[in-house]
Amino acid sequence: MRDALGAVQRVLVLGGGSDIGQAIAARLAAPRRAAIVLAGRSVAAGDLASRTGSDVAVEWFDARAVGEHRSTLDDLWAAHGGFDVVVVAFGVQFDQADAEASPARALEMAETNYLGAVSALLECSRLLRAQGHGAIVVLSSVAAERPRRSLFAYASTKAGVDSFALGLADALRPDGVHVLVVRPGFVRTKLTAHLKPPPGPLATTPDAVADVVARGLERGARVVWAPPAMRWIMSLLRHLPHAVFSRLPI
Amino acid sequence: MPDAEANRRLLSGWGRTSPSAAVVHTAVDGDDAVKAASSPPPRGVIARGLGRSYNDAAQNAGGLVVDLTGHSHFLSFDPASGIVRAGAGVSIADLIEVCLPHGWFPPVTPGTRHVTVGGAIAADVHGKNHHGDGSLARFVDSITLWTPATGVIEVGPDAEPEIFWATTGGLGLTGIVLDATIRMRRVESSRMTVDIDRAADLDAVMALMTEGDDDYLYSVAWIDCQAVGGSLGRSVLTRGRHALVSELEPGDRRTALAVSPVRAVPAPPWVPSGLVNRLTVGAFNELWFRKDPPRARGVVQDHGWFFYPLDLVSGWNRMYGTRGFVQYQCVVPFGAEDALRGAIERLTRSHAASFLAVLKRFGPGTPGPLSFPSAGWTLALDFAVGPRHLAGLLDELDVRVTEAGGRCYLAKDGRADPALVPVWYPRLAEWREVQRRLDPAGVLTSDLERRLDLLGRGGPRS
Repeated sequence: MRDALGAVQRVLVLGGGSDIGQAIAARLAAPRRAAIVLAGRSVAAGDLASRTGSDVAVEWFDARAVGEHRSTLDDLWAAHGGFDVVVVAFGVQFDQADAEASPARALEMAETNYLGAVSALLECSRLLRAQGHGAIVVLSSVAAERPRRSLFAYASTKAGVDSFALGLADALRPDGVHVLVVRPGFVRTKLTAHLKPPPGPLATTPDAVADVVARGLERGARVVWAPPAMRWIMSLLRHLPHAVFSRLPI
Repeated sequence: MPDAEANRRLLSGWGRTSPSAAVVHTAVDGDDAVKAASSPPPRGVIARGLGRSYNDAAQNAGGLVVDLTGHSHFLSFDPASGIVRAGAGVSIADLIEVCLPHGWFPPVTPGTRHVTVGGAIAADVHGKNHHGDGSLARFVDSITLWTPATGVIEVGPDAEPEIFWATTGGLGLTGIVLDATIRMRRVESSRMTVDIDRAADLDAVMALMTEGDDDYLYSVAWIDCQAVGGSLGRSVLTRGRHALVSELEPGDRRTALAVSPVRAVPAPPWVPSGLVNRLTVGAFNELWFRKDPPRARGVVQDHGWFFYPLDLVSGWNRMYGTRGFVQYQCVVPFGAEDALRGAIERLTRSHAASFLAVLKRFGPGTPGPLSFPSAGWTLALDFAVGPRHLAGLLDELDVRVTEAGGRCYLAKDGRADPALVPVWYPRLAEWREVQRRLDPAGVLTSDLERRLDLLGRGGPRS
């Protein structure tokens, strides 16, 4: 159970190999050594257990195998006695040029980031609703806020899941289930190692994202940005006239 | 249950933290409560009264919550002996209203009259008279209890004492209290005669209490947790007893047994988090410290004001804002005064704003394995949720309390480390054995139970 000050006792990460997912799990586990379950296709837990002092388990989960989601999640719930927080952290990001040259790549992003997330979110919603409490952390992206020429294939998948999760947040509130949408900017991770980071303080780290998520969960936020200043930058970018926006070197 | 979805509601404790959704069955009487609890959903069942536990003791996420407030019937009351048999949903306010005009007052009352008999037994509540009288369980002759294994049974200190003591302070986990027989206290009037002493610091108030508490039925000190240095722990000590008719103004004697009206001003419907902060609490503390003369004797007060000043603002818990608040109550044995002083110093230094800090001396505890009070000093504090250092601060207080051989009150705790519970309550294993006999299938549970793993099911559960 979550306690009165927001400390949780059991955390599930879908896309358990994700650097951001693991950082969030470690951060949420810290106050009361919460048990962590990392679920994914090939998860390296690394030193997460020794670093957090938590029990860490690794389980199978394939975001694209939507037909298996129900049974996989039911089994996870039964095996681990439920979860206080589910972090939906899976996702893939290919270069825009790749995605345009090869529709299969674009589709893989859509299947994983959007279809997989819709399916996993609905199955988790069902289980959390039955449980009567819990939180879902959905990793979106600042890219979801306005499509850019350089990133739109990926951005559209995140826009889809972002929109879905915001609606889900309203749907689940009466059930005591909290959905938090996280919009990170550029995060230095395995996933982005091949990409050129933006200048200065706009690139962030998984640990910084985890801090923002922990605070957002504590205060019951609907959306958080990481770094928090991205909120104002994106607000500005969203309102730029298209003629100006399309000429920006981003 | 066909109406399950329609009756699904979000419930929280009085602290308004950690809400969870459950199907609420509002029982009209004891039979109805038993019927509902007899076919529980997979996530089990817990009873609920007026929701005054600060924490998640009367929540059962995803399961069934049986609301007993509808079972507010008096089954019997003998105005000659003061013995009352009341449904679990009868509140302390109801007891006062029915019994006080006949010269009987609740033998033990917590700081609000809006608690039910069932809830008061489940928490084994204490009042300002604990130093002499003990907790509520001492005045309970019998309890009608439903348990999954036995059905409806009568238990008391003489009949099935093990079950009785496991139930008093048992946090609703041994079964559903359907009604209880309570011995009320004989009083001549509804007023109190009160002595007030202002104490310059913690040592002074503790000395006053140690020397003088035995002369008073009721005693409690309010501490200013923001006063620093030489004023550390400055306090207002309020002690009193029920007034005799001869002590009332002649004009009041005809209405000697008049019940204080349960009238309250509502708190504003919405208050921003952060209103209760260092500055506002500091200002309040200064006023509260100065509101009475430094020393007063024989002040006649209404019982409503003496026992229930907070009841004057209905929904005062909303003053802490949307994120709610936690209550922290610990007891340390006599002789561990240094630990208490250290804790108060630490609190003062932390600048955590505790709006209500209350100090009192407990007498000996009961045989109840999970009953909180035990001989020593008890300190109760309120904290608004929000400051980031609060979790660490309270963990630190836990360490000090535990090292001093003390413990915290499970009916209030919202955030303790589950590993501390067996240390605080060394007879937990014994209690679990009784509990398991009454509920072998593990039907009775609550959010509090899952969080602290009170039933010992291999660790906290979600």
